[in-house]
Amino acid sequence: MDTIIDRGAPKARNFEPYASNGGSIVAISGKDFAIVASDTRLSEGYMIYTRKQSKLFQLSDKSVLGCTGCWCDTLSLTNIVETQLKSYLYDHNNVMQPGSIAQLLSTLLYSRRFFPYYVYNVLAGLDDNGEGCLYSYDPVGHCEKVSYTAGGSSGVLMQPFLDSWLAKRTADNPVSEEEALNLVKDAFTAAGERDIYTGDEVVYNIIKKEGIKSGVVQLRKD
Amino acid sequence: MALHLNNWIPGNFKSVPNTGSSAQHDIVQHGWTPITTTTSVLGVVFDSGVALAADTLTSYGSMACFGNNPRILTVNKNIIVAAAGEYSDYQFIRDTIEDKITTEKSLNDGISLKPKALHTWLSRVLYNRRTKMKPLWSTFLVAGIQNDKPFLGEIDKLGTAFADEQIASGYGAYLALPLLRKAIDEKRAKSNSSLTKDEAVALLKKCMEVLYYRDARSHDKYQIGVITKDSIEIQDLTLKPNWEVAKFVQGYE
Repeated sequence: MDTIIDRGAPKARNFEPYASNGGSIVAISGKDFAIVASDTRLSEGYMIYTRKQSKLFQLSDKSVLGCTGCWCDTLSLTNIVETQLKSYLYDHNNVMQPGSIAQLLSTLLYSRRFFPYYVYNVLAGLDDNGEGCLYSYDPVGHCEKVSYTAGGSSGVLMQPFLDSWLAKRTADNPVSEEEALNLVKDAFTAAGERDIYTGDEVVYNIIKKEGIKSGVVQLRKD
Repeated sequence: MALHLNNWIPGNFKSVPNTGSSAQHDIVQHGWTPITTTTSVLGVVFDSGVALAADTLTSYGSMACFGNNPRILTVNKNIIVAAAGEYSDYQFIRDTIEDKITTEKSLNDGISLKPKALHTWLSRVLYNRRTKMKPLWSTFLVAGIQNDKPFLGEIDKLGTAFADEQIASGYGAYLALPLLRKAIDEKRAKSNSSLTKDEAVALLKKCMEVLYYRDARSHDKYQIGVITKDSIEIQDLTLKPNWEVAKFVQGYE
C-alpha cells in the first residue's frame, strides 16, 4: 500500500534576521524649536538588555534622529547616515540641512526595500527659517513632514494622545516649548504604564537656534 | 559618484566597493543552526575594571562533548573577550582577532586596539553575516579599559550591540542577571559606590554556582577573567556544588 506522507514545506528557514527591541519616540515641533524624545529601555521578549540605551542620534547642531525597532538595523542605518553626512561636509564644506537629511534617509531606507531596515525613524530639526520641522518615516522609506508624531512600540498608544492635544492647533495658537515638553513627559509616563517595551527613562533633546538642550525624566523600571 | 559600480543602487554609500552578493540579490536560504554550543557568559563592571565568567563545556546537542574548551580570550593589554554559542564560530572570530593583533603589533607604533573599537568591529562583522543570512551563531562580551574607565559591551548574532555595567547571555540572562543587578544596586544604595574587584569575583562565582544547579548545559569547571588598568588575570576554577539544596526541591523524592 502506497501511503503519501505530506511533510510540508522544507523546514530549513530557522534563522530570523530581525529582532524587535522595543523603544518609543515622540517628537513635537514648534515655531522656533523642535523636541524629540525616546525612552532608554532596550529589550527583546521578556528580557531587558539594558536600561540606559538612548535611541536619539544627534546628526548636527540643528538635527536629531530618533530611531527604534530592530536595534542592529538602527545601529547600521544611523552609522550610514552619520558617514554620509561627514562625506557631505567634506565635499561641500557645509552641514547638510534637515530637509536634505530627510530625503537622504528616505533613499537609504528604500534602498533596502526588499530586505528592509526594520526601524521607525523620526527626524527633528530646524529648517532654513529657524522653525521646527519633523519628518516621520515607515521602515521602507515613506516620508511625511508632520508637526508632531509618535513612533515605535508605543506609537499607537501615544499618537492618539498627541492628536487630542495638538491636532486642532492653528498658527495663531502655536504650541509652546513648555507645553510640548509636558506633553512628551505625559505621553511617555502613560505609555510606560501599558507597554512593557517602553520604560526606565526618557531622554529628550530640544533643538533651538542657540543649541540643543537635553534632559532626562525617570519612568517605571518594572 | 560611484555610479559605475556594479549593482549600484540609490542609497549605497558611494565609496564602498561592491562586496559581492548579499541577501537582497541571493535569496537562497541556509538552514543555519548551531552544532557544538556553549552556554551562558557573564560580565560585571567593578570600580577599577571588568570581570567575565564562562564555563569550559562544549555541548553537542544534549551531550556534554568537550569538557575543556576555554572561551575567554586575551586580545591585548586593553581587552578581554568572552563568547557563548557555536564554538567553531568563536574559534573563527578568535583567529580573525588574533590576525588583527598580529598586524597591529607588526606596525610597532605603540598604538593598540581599544575595547569600544573591537565592540563596534564585532557588531559590524556579525551584522554583515546576519544580513547575508549566514550568521555567526555567537554572543560576545567585550571587556576592557578605555580612557581609564571600565567598559563592558555585548554583541549578539544579529549585530545587536550595547554596553552596560552587568551583562549575561543565555540562561544567565534569566538566572544570573537579576543577581548581578541586585548586587550592584544594593551596593550603590548602601555606600554610593561600585563593586570592588573581590566583590565582583565573589558575585560571579555565586552566579556560576546558581547556573550550575539549573542550567543542564553548564559545567563545574569554569574560568573568570579579570581586566584592570594594569593587569589581566584568567583563572581556572572548579565549582564545589552543595546538593543539600536538592532536598528542598519537591517532586524528586
